[in-house]
Amino acid sequence: MSAREAVKNDGELVREPGSDGVLSARGDWTLANVERLSEQVDSLSAPATQLDASGISRLDASGALLLERLICRTGQNPAESGLSGQWRTLFEAVDSACDDEHEPEPARESQLQQILARIGRATVEAGQSTRELMNFLGITVHRFARTVAQPWRLRLTSTVYHMEQTGLDAAPLLILLAGLVGAVVAFLGATVLRDFGAELFVIDLVSFAFVREFGVLLTAVLLAGRTASAFCAQIGMMKSREELDAIRTLGLDEIEVLVLPRLIALLVTLPLLAFIATIAGLAGGLIVSVLTLDINLTLFIDRVEQTVTLKHYLVGMIKAPIFAVVIALIGCLEGLRVSGTAQSVGEHTTTAVVRSLTMVIVIDALAAIYFMEIGW
Amino acid sequence: MVTACEPESDAAPVIQVRGLDNRFGADVVHEGLDLDVPRGEILAVVGGSGTGKSVLMRSILGLQRPTAGRIEVFGQHLENADVTQQIMARRAGVLFQDGALFSSLTVLENVELPLKTHLPSLPTQLRRDLARSKIQLSGLSASASPKMPSELSGGMRKRVALARALALEPELLFLDEPTAGLDPIGAADFDRLLRTLQRALGLTVFLITHDLDTLYAICDKVAVIADRKILATAPLDKIEQLDHEWIRNYFHGPRARAAREQDGTAAG
Repeated sequence: MSAREAVKNDGELVREPGSDGVLSARGDWTLANVERLSEQVDSLSAPATQLDASGISRLDASGALLLERLICRTGQNPAESGLSGQWRTLFEAVDSACDDEHEPEPARESQLQQILARIGRATVEAGQSTRELMNFLGITVHRFARTVAQPWRLRLTSTVYHMEQTGLDAAPLLILLAGLVGAVVAFLGATVLRDFGAELFVIDLVSFAFVREFGVLLTAVLLAGRTASAFCAQIGMMKSREELDAIRTLGLDEIEVLVLPRLIALLVTLPLLAFIATIAGLAGGLIVSVLTLDINLTLFIDRVEQTVTLKHYLVGMIKAPIFAVVIALIGCLEGLRVSGTAQSVGEHTTTAVVRSLTMVIVIDALAAIYFMEIGW
Repeated sequence: MVTACEPESDAAPVIQVRGLDNRFGADVVHEGLDLDVPRGEILAVVGGSGTGKSVLMRSILGLQRPTAGRIEVFGQHLENADVTQQIMARRAGVLFQDGALFSSLTVLENVELPLKTHLPSLPTQLRRDLARSKIQLSGLSASASPKMPSELSGGMRKRVALARALALEPELLFLDEPTAGLDPIGAADFDRLLRTLQRALGLTVFLITHDLDTLYAICDKVAVIADRKILATAPLDKIEQLDHEWIRNYFHGPRARAAREQDGTAAG
């Protein structure tokens, strides 16, 4: 390899003076000089009939690409270029590789076309994913019913593991979150109601808010972020590592093995967490009431007992299993739709969180209107 | 700016490893390991599973800090991460086991990336042309350029990874099991491609392999790693004669015999 003897040498392409269209390539035709050399090659104006490459001291594949272009222009036989023997193999490797010209870039669509195509695609996808979700719900209900009929099919270990992951491990964060929101609600209420001398109604505000709405809603929002994403990423990674295919070839059912334990775990833990969140919210309200208003512990509890009836509690709790189903199903479904790459896992995890959050909030709003209309 | 060409004599190996120690807790992987990779040759590192072939490569690449030892590449001591990165990024190319293509970029963008990073002033058209020529050099057709890595077969992914490794015209190429996961025909094609490119571009190649066919077909020298060090570095016929249990089992098992016969018939 003569690379070693080379002194730093700039490559150049010059027109031999006096001759008619004879070009001379000299120096290092390497990646370091390729930018300048490419300009020189492209800016050739007068016709070139012959290339003398004998002055080339170093050549790499990038330089060979330019050289090949030049030789295509002069139309001469590469062997006549005077390229020194040690670079011949390299040149031939690039030359033969360049035989087929690359195909032209695909024509770009106009801006308007792109926007319309995007809207269209999003609409079709929304329809499709709704159908898929319904389909998935159907399959899961079928497997659930089968498991109820044949309870030994249930994966108990897996179910308990997911209860711990989604329930127990989420509890501290949830208590903090609900407690603080309870305190803030009480504080806002106190500020507004004090002007009317109706501080006592702070208790009503906090207890209604948490028993009917916030307890379960905060839990569902937290789990949509925490658990839907986890389900999606777990199942997605399994899918991309062909574990799902292994499950199928072993004659197992992925819904039964992966989805049901997660769904059942969430059906158990979400109502429990919602109850914990309700209590934590009330406690937060209680603390603010006792510290900043003239309300003591006994008064607070008495008032809650008077205002909150079983009806209110049910209005809140009835939503918990629905949210559990929504979060578990969307998380698992998005995981099953992952297509193998790391990017796909990321995209579907985002989708899982966004869609389950949206569904939770929409369902909560609809339920709130419904229960108010029927006078509960 | 590119490949600084300090004079290096023929005798100076491209990679020189002296007294390399690698320990993970109580687990000793390498102890006093020495290795020379001569210029312009394909050196294959062979050894049983878990003998630290990949650890050795990662140590040289600077992906892992050895417990002790001295590593020189192109005559420069890799004393810290900056030096290592500078040398490796500009003068060496790496082909990881499954290609390690960036899954969010197309084939062409994957090959363009090193050029974009290290030669930011290159005009876009020229950069694309250079990348395309590397893709074609690696034996892929131009129609592969706009594809995403997930759409490619294992063999094609390795070829794209090879094109990316060659993008900056390296003098030194690291290959981690280049033929693993390829069918025998695809593996033989890939071996041939490696040999052609190595000759044409004058590459020095550090190759980790289990594939006996690759050893017999393209390697100039073989380094056997066992008992936490390099047992020997020599041409294949010399290595075969060595008296060591693992070498005997490896080179004189039924698979080795088949590979040798195949190579013999191919040559004859």
